[in-house]
Amino acid sequence: MTVEAPVFEETPPEVEPARGAVDWARKNLFNNWYNSLLTLALAVFVIWALLALVRALFSADYEIIQANLRLFMIGGFPADQLWRPWAATYCFTVLFGVVGGSLSAGARDRATEAGLPHVRTTFRQIVIRFWPIVGLIVVILSFTTTVTPTLLTIGALVAALGAYYLGRVLPRAIRRWTWLIAVVLIVAAYVALAGFGGVGWQGWGGLQLNLFLAFAGILIAFPFGLLLALGRRSPLPVIRTISVTYIEIVRGVPLITVLLAGAFAIGFLIPRDLRPSLVTRMLIAIIAFEAAYIAEVVRGGLQAVPRGQVEAAQAVGLTPWRTMRLIVLPQALRATIPAMVGQFISLFKDTTLVAVLGITELLDATFIVNSQSAYLGKGLFVVTLSFAALVFWVGSYTMSRESRRLERKLGVGER
Amino acid sequence: MIGVEQTRYRPPVWRDVRVLRVVIQVLAGAAVLAILYVLWFNLTNNLRAAGLPTGFDFLTQPLGVDIPGSDISPSSPIWRGLLNGVKISLALVVVGIPLLTGIGVLVGVARLSTNWLVAKAAGLYVEILRNIPPLLIIFFVFNAVVLRFPLLQESLSIADLVLVNNRYIAMVGFTAQPNFGPFLAILALAMLAAAGVWWWRTRRSERTGEHHHRFLWALGVFTVISLIGFFALRGPIGLSRPVLDGRALEGGYTGLAAYWAVLAALVLYTASHIAEIVRGSILAVPRGQTEAANAIALSPFQRLRHVVLPQAMRVAIPPIISQYLNFTKNTSLAIAIGYAEMTRITFQLIGNGQPAPQMIFLLMGGYLLFSLIISLVVNVVNRRMQLVTQ
Repeated sequence: MTVEAPVFEETPPEVEPARGAVDWARKNLFNNWYNSLLTLALAVFVIWALLALVRALFSADYEIIQANLRLFMIGGFPADQLWRPWAATYCFTVLFGVVGGSLSAGARDRATEAGLPHVRTTFRQIVIRFWPIVGLIVVILSFTTTVTPTLLTIGALVAALGAYYLGRVLPRAIRRWTWLIAVVLIVAAYVALAGFGGVGWQGWGGLQLNLFLAFAGILIAFPFGLLLALGRRSPLPVIRTISVTYIEIVRGVPLITVLLAGAFAIGFLIPRDLRPSLVTRMLIAIIAFEAAYIAEVVRGGLQAVPRGQVEAAQAVGLTPWRTMRLIVLPQALRATIPAMVGQFISLFKDTTLVAVLGITELLDATFIVNSQSAYLGKGLFVVTLSFAALVFWVGSYTMSRESRRLERKLGVGER
Repeated sequence: MIGVEQTRYRPPVWRDVRVLRVVIQVLAGAAVLAILYVLWFNLTNNLRAAGLPTGFDFLTQPLGVDIPGSDISPSSPIWRGLLNGVKISLALVVVGIPLLTGIGVLVGVARLSTNWLVAKAAGLYVEILRNIPPLLIIFFVFNAVVLRFPLLQESLSIADLVLVNNRYIAMVGFTAQPNFGPFLAILALAMLAAAGVWWWRTRRSERTGEHHHRFLWALGVFTVISLIGFFALRGPIGLSRPVLDGRALEGGYTGLAAYWAVLAALVLYTASHIAEIVRGSILAVPRGQTEAANAIALSPFQRLRHVVLPQAMRVAIPPIISQYLNFTKNTSLAIAIGYAEMTRITFQLIGNGQPAPQMIFLLMGGYLLFSLIISLVVNVVNRRMQLVTQ
């Protein structure tokens, strides 16, 4: 009787990293029968979709966008006042430049002090991070009929770069006041738009109004949200109940109902001789709505602060107010930055809802131009709505990627 | 012995925490009440000055607006119109939630596929849909797709099962034949038998350690019994195909095209968020779990079904609930394309001169109720899942 030696199947050698297109395809597309089937089916669909997209892009009639570009961007802003939006744009590009430059300089100085090498963001990284924005600007400029907007855009870019280098070389003592420069520039932008015979926000429209409602909504709602969050964590039952009730009621209803209340009910709740404009009422409604959501975001940040921090602050004899201001809030708010960006993105998308109340923001503008006599019944909704979709997509996508980058940098996700 | 003098120090009243607490709360409560009182005062005064009712009696007055796709006439009372709006909103929610969950989970799993093309296509879907306002998607689906469907008279028929035009989309439906009652009884019987078989297989598996295959067994028993019943009763259920009869659609299930547009847009939008959540939760399952499943030779499907998904689901359920709530709230966007759910009806009635504060109060109350019910149901499910798994 012979005992057969057990035959072990030879263990397959470690799969080598795929080299060459064929290897790569075999590994990533055709590694078993159902994946091969899926790949083939999807490939047919993707190629068909791409072809359809390319054909649509080249055959579409973009005249409707060219003719209405100003309406899409700034709504019914008077045509002879166009310098105002441009001046505001310049204020904001300079603002972003200065703030970016001084943040970068701050990071450089901290790295030097800590004796660490400071890694500068390369040009390539900037291109990878901001290609959607650059692409969008190019697309928008391609719809302009004169050369002025392009020149002004290039000018704005130059101004932003100049402001960036200015922000980097500012001496430290001045750099501490960057926030003041930012505030001054924001006020200047508003004055440029509305002051000295300009148009106040009740007359704004288009993308300008979307941005205004989103920025103003989140900035003004922030202090209220902070108070509500602190109230929700308060040990005092009355204050906690008030905060929780407000937050949960607002979070339980859709924004559109709050906007309806803003449009039709606020007028009944305030003295009758106060007659805020529709845009103002929308802004009030957005603030009331956002405050509850910001409160929840801030609450998340407050919960992330370890209890030991508060106890340590008490141990060194800080008052409750100073504990909050010096110990808890700086840590909590830092942890909320990515979530706040997320909240801002969602508000930016939600500003389209004011269209329902008949305000000509970007989405509404791209919708109503289809009833202009030249385009009525031509079925150009695909073209105009795609344009609006592109604008919103670029904004939200870029911001959400930046927020994910921030999250990694701040180490918020890691606990 | 040193006598320790017990100092019963009391801080002055304005620094005594116990007093301060009460004072602050009384002040805060009083401030809120005062604000509410001023608002209430303004509200009643302004309503009266505008000649509007201050109560809710107006709900019994005639509606005055036509609701397309329903049997409610403009002369029925307002509350019936509002209830119909609630019903339509519910129809969106009830059909939408299972659909978006299915698509979302599928896309989320596909994003982690080893197949490069599948993963990229799923990623593209998520990144595009997630970053576009839902209202824009609704406009797009309705105006750029649905309104370009053929006219009613030239309805497009797909294999006599679906009838599509730019006002309605009708699907094949079922009709009860004479023997339908007895057939229902047989179905109930089949359910009972299936439950029995399920119990028996489970018991047997516990005793012998054999694999129970209880789902397959129960399904088989149910199918066999109901099929036998179906043929014995000579077809108790008939098909009703949608047909175009002059200017009306007959037979099948007919839905307004606007309904399908809102449903499709919101389901696609919310599914992209669900997909992100599912992907994140699957990534949150420790790698060792997958490796352990491979080590005991589970098939990829078994690995997903028994090891990865149950653990991922526990992480995923809270954010998914909040997406369900978002979806429910987003159904209010149907107002933009004139689909008569509750927000739209409220909007119309306010435009018709009904008192806005009361109408909006009812609308918000309705949504709060929706949110509350969904939270309650899901909390029960959540608790049960945690009990089972821990």
